[in-house]
Amino acid sequence: MAFNKMNLKDIEVWDGNHAAAQALRQAQVDVVAAYPITPSTPIVEGYAKFKANNYVEGEFVMVESEHAAMSGCIGAAAAGGRVATATSSQGFALMVETLYQASGMRLPVVLNVVNRALAAPLNVNGDHSDMYLGRDSGWIQVDAYSPQEAYDLNLMAFRISEDHDIRLPVMVHQDGFMTSHTAQGVHTLSDDAAYNFVGEYKPMNDMLDFEHPVTHGVQTEEDWHFEHKARQHNDLMLKAPPKIEEVFTAFEKLTGRKYNQVESYDMEDAEVCVFCMGTSVETAREVASEMREKGIKAGVVGLRVVRPFPFVQVAEALKNTKAVAILDRSSPNGAAGAMFNEVAGALYNTGIRTLLSGYIYGLGGRDLTKAHLVALFNELQANVNAGKITTQLQQFIGVRGPKLSYL
Amino acid sequence: MAKKGWDEFEIGAMLRTFNGEIENIAGTRQEDRSYTENSSYTASVADWRLIKPIFNKDYCIDCQFCWIYCPDVSIISRDKKLIGIDMDHCKGCGICVEVCPTNPKSLLMFPEQADEEVEIASWPKKDEKEA
Repeated sequence: MAFNKMNLKDIEVWDGNHAAAQALRQAQVDVVAAYPITPSTPIVEGYAKFKANNYVEGEFVMVESEHAAMSGCIGAAAAGGRVATATSSQGFALMVETLYQASGMRLPVVLNVVNRALAAPLNVNGDHSDMYLGRDSGWIQVDAYSPQEAYDLNLMAFRISEDHDIRLPVMVHQDGFMTSHTAQGVHTLSDDAAYNFVGEYKPMNDMLDFEHPVTHGVQTEEDWHFEHKARQHNDLMLKAPPKIEEVFTAFEKLTGRKYNQVESYDMEDAEVCVFCMGTSVETAREVASEMREKGIKAGVVGLRVVRPFPFVQVAEALKNTKAVAILDRSSPNGAAGAMFNEVAGALYNTGIRTLLSGYIYGLGGRDLTKAHLVALFNELQANVNAGKITTQLQQFIGVRGPKLSYL
Repeated sequence: MAKKGWDEFEIGAMLRTFNGEIENIAGTRQEDRSYTENSSYTASVADWRLIKPIFNKDYCIDCQFCWIYCPDVSIISRDKKLIGIDMDHCKGCGICVEVCPTNPKSLLMFPEQADEEVEIASWPKKDEKEA
C-alpha cells in the first residue's frame, strides 16, 4: 500500500513533540509500540495520526505499560524493523529494565524522552531526573534544546543507531513543556530529503531472516556476561563518537545546521562559564551575551551528547576558563551533582585548575530565570576575582526557604 | 564452547542455530542438520540428570506415546520405530515410562549409574494381575 507524502513549508511552526513526530514519519518508522505519558504523548499520538491518515506505513502497537512498550520495540527491532517510541518520567522509570535489554541485545531503537521530574511528589513538568536515570543503561543519549534540534536529532538518531558498526539504541531528549509544548519556527527537510538522509533500513541478524535463524536475548553467566558488557562499553567509547561526528557532519552538509558533542558558545576567550543542558543552554547563552556587555567574559557550554560522555571534548571546551558553574537539573539526593562529578572527572588529570562549583536548579519545572543566571555569572566572576571559590561547592538556585549549600 | 575474548564474537546477546544458510530445515533430520556449537542440540544439557530411562525393545509396540509426550524431544524415533534415547538431552523426568502402555513397560527408570545390559537382563516379568 502506498502512502502519501506531505508538503511542508520551509519553516513550520512546530513544538518539540510535533517536530519529533514529523521526524518519525519522515524516517518511515515501521513499528511504534507506545504507552503515552505526559508530556511526550503528542509524539506517539502524532505518529498514530500520520498512520491513520496514510502518511506513513507502519504498525502502531498499543500496549499496557511502558515496560511493554519498550518490550514491543525490542521485539520489532529484533525482527528487523525501524522502531521508535516516546516516554517521560514515571513511564521511563518503568521502562528501565527493558532499556538495558535493548542496548545489551544491540538493537537499534530511537526513544524520545521528553524530560520530566520523577515522583514523589508527582509532577508533570520538566527536569532531568529521567534523563539521568538512563545514563548507565548503555544507550546513546543526545539532548535537544529546542524543537528544531528535536527534529534534527531524531533524524540523525536513526542513522547512528542503525549503523552496523554501532547497533545501539539512541535516546533523544528534550525538556518537558519548555521544548515539547513550545512552538517555534522549525526548518524542515522535504520528505524525500529527510528519508534519503536517514537511509533505507538495513537489517542485521533479524529474526525474519528465515534462512539464518537466530536466538536473541540469550542468557550468559560468569563465563560470558563480562565479555558482552565489555564489548558494548568498548563500542560506546570508541565506535559511537566518530560515528556521531560523521552523522553530524553529513547533516551539516545537508542543512547547514552544525551539531557538536559539546556545544560551546562564546568560549574562545571566556573566563566564566555556565555548563548545562536542555533549554537552560539557550537562556544562559542570552544572558552570557548580556554579561559581555557589562565587561564579564562569559560563555556557555552545553552538553549535546550525554552518553557516550565526551570526556576529552568537555575538558577541551573548558581549558581556558577560570570559573565554571555546573548546573544539575536533578536532585543528587546525597552527593555532588552527577554532572558536577563527571566534569570534575574530565578535568582532574588535565592540569586545568578552573574553579568548579555545582548548582542544583529547576527541579519539577521550576524556572531558571535570566536574573538567576545574571547572579550566577556575577558569583563566578567573584570567584575569579578572589582566586578561589567563595561559596560552598554545592548550592541551590531558585528554591524557597533558608539558603542551602553543602560541601 | 571455546572461551572467546570480548572482540571475537558477534555483537548482541544473540546465537545462531545453524552454520550458514538453511533450506527445508523441517524436512531435514536432526542428525543431518548443520547445527552450530551454540545450539542446544549440539551441547549436552543433561548433566544434572539423576535417574535415566532404559529402553527394552523386546516389549515395545512402537505406539510412539513416549515420542509424543517427551517434553525434550529426547526419544529418537525413525520410521515410526523407537530406536533409542538422546541422553544428551533427556532430563530423567520419567514421563516416557509413565505413558508406556505395554506390560511389562518397555521403558523403566533406573539410577544414572545403572548398567543397561544388566537391567535389561533382569527386566520385570508380565504383571498377570494387571493383564
